[in-house]
Amino acid sequence: MNGITSSTALWYTSRATGVVALLLLTAVMVLGILISRQGRLPGLPRFGATSLHRSVSLLAVAFVALHVATAILDPFVTIGIAAAVVPFASHYEGFWLGLGAISLDLMAALIVTSLLRGRIGRRTWRVVHWLAYLTWPVAFAHSIGSATDMQRGGLLYLGVACAVAVAAALAWRVTAARRAVPPGQRPARVLAEATAGRRLERDRRARAGAGAR
Amino acid sequence: MSVDYLAAAPPAPITGLPRLIPADPATDHSLAGHLARLGPVPHRGDPRRLIGVVEAAGLTGRGGAAFPVHRKLAAVAGQARDRRRAVVVANGAEGEPASGKDAALLWGAPHLVLDGLQLAAQATGATEAFLYVHRGEELSRRLLGALRQRSAAGLDRVEVEFVQAPDVFLAGEESALVSWINGGPARPAFKQPAVYERGVAGLPTLVQNVETLAHLGLIARFGADWFRAAGTPAEPGTMLVTVHRADGTRYITETGLGTPLSALLPDELAGPADGRIRGGVQAVLAGGYHGAWLAPRQAAGLALSNASLRPAGAFAGAGVLAALPPGRCGLAETARVGRYLALESAGQCGPCFNGLPHIAGALDELAGPRPRRQALADVQRWAGLVTGRGACHHPDGFARFVRSALTVFRAELNAHASGRCTAADHTPFLPVPAVTAGS
Amino acid sequence: MKLRVNPAACSGHGACAELLPELITLDEWGYPLLTADGVPDGLTRQARRAVRDCPALALFLSPSIDSEETQKLPRRPA
Repeated sequence: MNGITSSTALWYTSRATGVVALLLLTAVMVLGILISRQGRLPGLPRFGATSLHRSVSLLAVAFVALHVATAILDPFVTIGIAAAVVPFASHYEGFWLGLGAISLDLMAALIVTSLLRGRIGRRTWRVVHWLAYLTWPVAFAHSIGSATDMQRGGLLYLGVACAVAVAAALAWRVTAARRAVPPGQRPARVLAEATAGRRLERDRRARAGAGAR
Repeated sequence: MSVDYLAAAPPAPITGLPRLIPADPATDHSLAGHLARLGPVPHRGDPRRLIGVVEAAGLTGRGGAAFPVHRKLAAVAGQARDRRRAVVVANGAEGEPASGKDAALLWGAPHLVLDGLQLAAQATGATEAFLYVHRGEELSRRLLGALRQRSAAGLDRVEVEFVQAPDVFLAGEESALVSWINGGPARPAFKQPAVYERGVAGLPTLVQNVETLAHLGLIARFGADWFRAAGTPAEPGTMLVTVHRADGTRYITETGLGTPLSALLPDELAGPADGRIRGGVQAVLAGGYHGAWLAPRQAAGLALSNASLRPAGAFAGAGVLAALPPGRCGLAETARVGRYLALESAGQCGPCFNGLPHIAGALDELAGPRPRRQALADVQRWAGLVTGRGACHHPDGFARFVRSALTVFRAELNAHASGRCTAADHTPFLPVPAVTAGS
Repeated sequence: MKLRVNPAACSGHGACAELLPELITLDEWGYPLLTADGVPDGLTRQARRAVRDCPALALFLSPSIDSEETQKLPRRPA
């Protein structure tokens, strides 16, 4: 069913909020990846990235909620509440919508566990939060697949830009992880650096001392 | 470990004991020999009654922390009542290169340790037991043989699983041990939740040093009053000590707590009647590599007990006593040990894996000629920065060891500052294994 | 209420020191030095925020009566 010929405000709102949600989720993803490897955003203090990640994700929740609500309320297509949360329960654009339902469920898990971080313990929270790496691609696939206007023109470029941003962040994370020193080797590395530093200092002193004498 | 301490008994027995390890190394260590020497463990009704007997005896842990054993037993027993399952671990991984008492005990009296393990299991209601020991082909063979003998005789109500500990200094740390048995790395964990609540497989876990369990095996047989016949009222019983004499001999001995250090190091510390110390020793290390150096005059007035040693900045620990002979460089010894300890950091906690190597580097500089004045100030500052900021007590012990060296070897520091070293002999004295980075 | 850190989880990110400079400073390697005193009432909100925003979930608040040692075992046998 082609969305661009429909004239309902709900339909357009659903589309628009969906696009914004994708943008916000992309930002959340990139920020999250940055934080996981102690990255900093230039110009922002260290707590800036974590604060931003949190704020943007809550904003994304708002837009996703609007996106889902308007899609359900829209009388033009039959998407019930069940279809929004239970994957592949709707007859309309079954597969791509199903992906949307999956990503919504995953998002709910991420948000709820993050809000209850203090109560559920570090380990549980971390394990669930790894689902973020699944959530974004599924949400992205849902966007591209169910919105035909994202399959060409300006919105396509937008979609590609989002994918590129996440891919770049991931690539950065992987290389940073590879460069990181495993715990067992850290003391040896620090000792080597400290020793090298001392040697330089001693040579400098010797040269200065030799000059003075 | 690099040093073989399973040597003969000391030249002259220091006390009328031994209780733990038979004095004659030729004594039959098999199950039959063990039962002939000590008799069977008596069954006195409810196994949990033992906790009360242990409290009356005043047994404290012999792994270094000296924590009251009855409290640990009671804590795990309490958890086990609610959770229905619990684990006990015999910790034989002493980790400390200067200590050989756990290996000597497991070699000379394996069945006494295993008796204690079963007693601890029954007292706490444990359903699983582990024996955690460093790699060593001969010792492992003897221990596995002992377990088989007991199994054949139906002695072990709780089956004991033999686990080999990795060759790292921190292998015997309680949470590192639990992590290893759970299949992870032997790295200490932050103490929440505590091991007695969630340890091996998430179950309440009792971790006791093998010597502690051996004492348990004797207390169950001979009672609290017998145990208290040795030692002091505040610190009763005996402990195993690894003694490093100034002449280079090393051995394990058993002595009552409160024994004067001058009795354990007679040639080194016993001065003539007028109280002046002869040139038998330069410094005494009490408590191992997390302990402290003591000046000879000070050491001569102290005893092997926490009550005596703690005010002096040291502690009894796992019973390591080393007498540094004159003619050695105490700073070089400290730097060598310090380097080893720094590389043995688990690499988890920032203050530790940064601070310890920096301190080790500065110690290297202080052990050499004409160190910068800054090096001494750096060590003091960093020692303060690492204390109390790790998940375990490795940085704290390291700082204690290093600070004591700077006090006791002050004269040497001054000599080095002028470009001299008083030492004539630079061969290493304290045992330090060769460490490869990354384990 | 005391601020405490799990040193094994702390990665030296430093967000806590920026959010709560009155109570947290960083050592020369970037790891947090926490005040030994309790959190004053006026800073409770910021302290909770610092705990919430630690990316490693290493910072936490605990009741001040328990020192590290006493937390290891119950005060009386169970």
